[in-house]
Amino acid sequence: MFLAQSSPYLKPDLNVSKMMRVVTLLMVPGILTATYVFGYGVLVNILLAIVFALSFEAIILYLRKRPVRVYINDNSALLTAVIIGVALPPLAPWWLTFVGVFFAIVVAKQLYGGIGYNTFNPAMVAYAILLVSFPAQMTTYWQTPVMLLSHVDGQTLSLLETVQFQLFSQLPANVTMDALTFASPLSIVRTSVLSGAATIGEIDAQGNAFGVFGGIGTEWVNLAFLAGGLFMLRKGLISWHIPISLLAMLGFLSLLFGSFELDSNPSPLFHLFSGATMLGAFFIATDPVTAATTPRGRIFYGAGIGALIYIIRTWGGYPDAIAFSVLLMNMCVPLLDYYTQPRVYGHKADNDDQEQP
Amino acid sequence: MGEYFLLLISTILVNNFVLVKFLGLCPFMGSSRKLEVATGMALATTFVLTLSSASSYLVNHYILLPLGIEYLRTIAFILVIAAVVNFTEMVVHKTSPMLYQVLGMFLPLITTNCAVLGVALLNVQTGYGFFESILFGFGAAIGFSLVMVLFASIRERLAAADVPEIFQGAPIGLITAGLMSIAFLGFAGLDKGLN
Repeated sequence: MFLAQSSPYLKPDLNVSKMMRVVTLLMVPGILTATYVFGYGVLVNILLAIVFALSFEAIILYLRKRPVRVYINDNSALLTAVIIGVALPPLAPWWLTFVGVFFAIVVAKQLYGGIGYNTFNPAMVAYAILLVSFPAQMTTYWQTPVMLLSHVDGQTLSLLETVQFQLFSQLPANVTMDALTFASPLSIVRTSVLSGAATIGEIDAQGNAFGVFGGIGTEWVNLAFLAGGLFMLRKGLISWHIPISLLAMLGFLSLLFGSFELDSNPSPLFHLFSGATMLGAFFIATDPVTAATTPRGRIFYGAGIGALIYIIRTWGGYPDAIAFSVLLMNMCVPLLDYYTQPRVYGHKADNDDQEQP
Repeated sequence: MGEYFLLLISTILVNNFVLVKFLGLCPFMGSSRKLEVATGMALATTFVLTLSSASSYLVNHYILLPLGIEYLRTIAFILVIAAVVNFTEMVVHKTSPMLYQVLGMFLPLITTNCAVLGVALLNVQTGYGFFESILFGFGAAIGFSLVMVLFASIRERLAAADVPEIFQGAPIGLITAGLMSIAFLGFAGLDKGLN
């Protein structure tokens, strides 16, 4: 007997579940690099975030009487959790992850109807809410990058000590918080330049903010995320519009303003390779649900995020601005989609002079 | 010139009247279900805000202060705003009867929009001059219009979303407004940084 099947006969190679899984896997190089630079806290964060995210997702789906297994298997909660885990400071206490994941999965995603309906990027909602509510933990709990350890007499924690600190906030007897953590390159540049304490050249001479080409430590993490992102582009998992327009806009603005006042503006490479730039450009801004969907809309969306990142980093109150920029552009997505709809094949273009007989 | 630019940035983004100062929430929630209605409301409010901040400055400066009756300020301003709203209502009625129909009772309710009275009172409190008052009112109105249009476009999309039953309508609207407010916190400090 022949099995009667209805169209389409070609089975698509890619579904949501597989795509989310591959994207998560492509974050692994960046995660490993971050673990090398910032210690085991990164891995603990990701593991905690995954456990919390899947639990919240399952509970809400059960309460809403939706098929739990089907929606858990789409892996979108997994990807959100991994992004939150990487974005949080490596020494974040467990409740920080808990609160963040709650707002991401329950408020920003499930209250809007689950996957496909959320207006705001769940992971970035979590980050922004945590940054606004717990600024001390979010900005100071960054472990000293491994490249700086000898330079600033820093200390590190073993895996067990890291878990102990994050779950029970107990530090080993001979370790102090000051030696364990160090300000990120972006915030060093931001605070020194804003207060007029030091010029870019002087910061460079101190040797604790600038690495080989980007921010010290974070440059390698960014490079690893860039590699994963380029692989996604090559595999056609994401279109080029958003990451390229984002990075181009950020690079262009930092080049434009940087060439006027070299003393107070770091180079474009520093902007591109510090903080969460590459993670944001390739893995966060390209979220298929909350980003713009039309090609032209995507270019505006990416460029908007790039411009906002530069504006907030340079003149705003926060050293890094991926979360706020993505959320601000998320709000514009319905309008962008509405005004950039491509011409439907067979229909006339809007302007009259292109009339066909 | 630079300080006027800063004043605009500050009122539109950093101290947005709806999302940061939480003024004028009633029209923000009330007439944002449809994008066209929201745009009409935003235009009408822009008109009223700019005009009323100019006329309230004149009333304060040339009537209340010379006569020494500043304690009547709030009542006088409400009167001025009511007159401006009435004027706007007549203009909208003549120029766009459709919009007049759609806006319905929300048009006269601009009188009780706390953002309008708030701008007029803040102008006096901060001691802005005539031109600065107009600019402050105009900036507040642009900020209001911006978030109003964005919010309406999001709500149109939310109408088709699979929102849990108990959160449909106003609740998810308020949550969205809250998340938008958090996003706008990203602009905090921008006016100081640009200075």
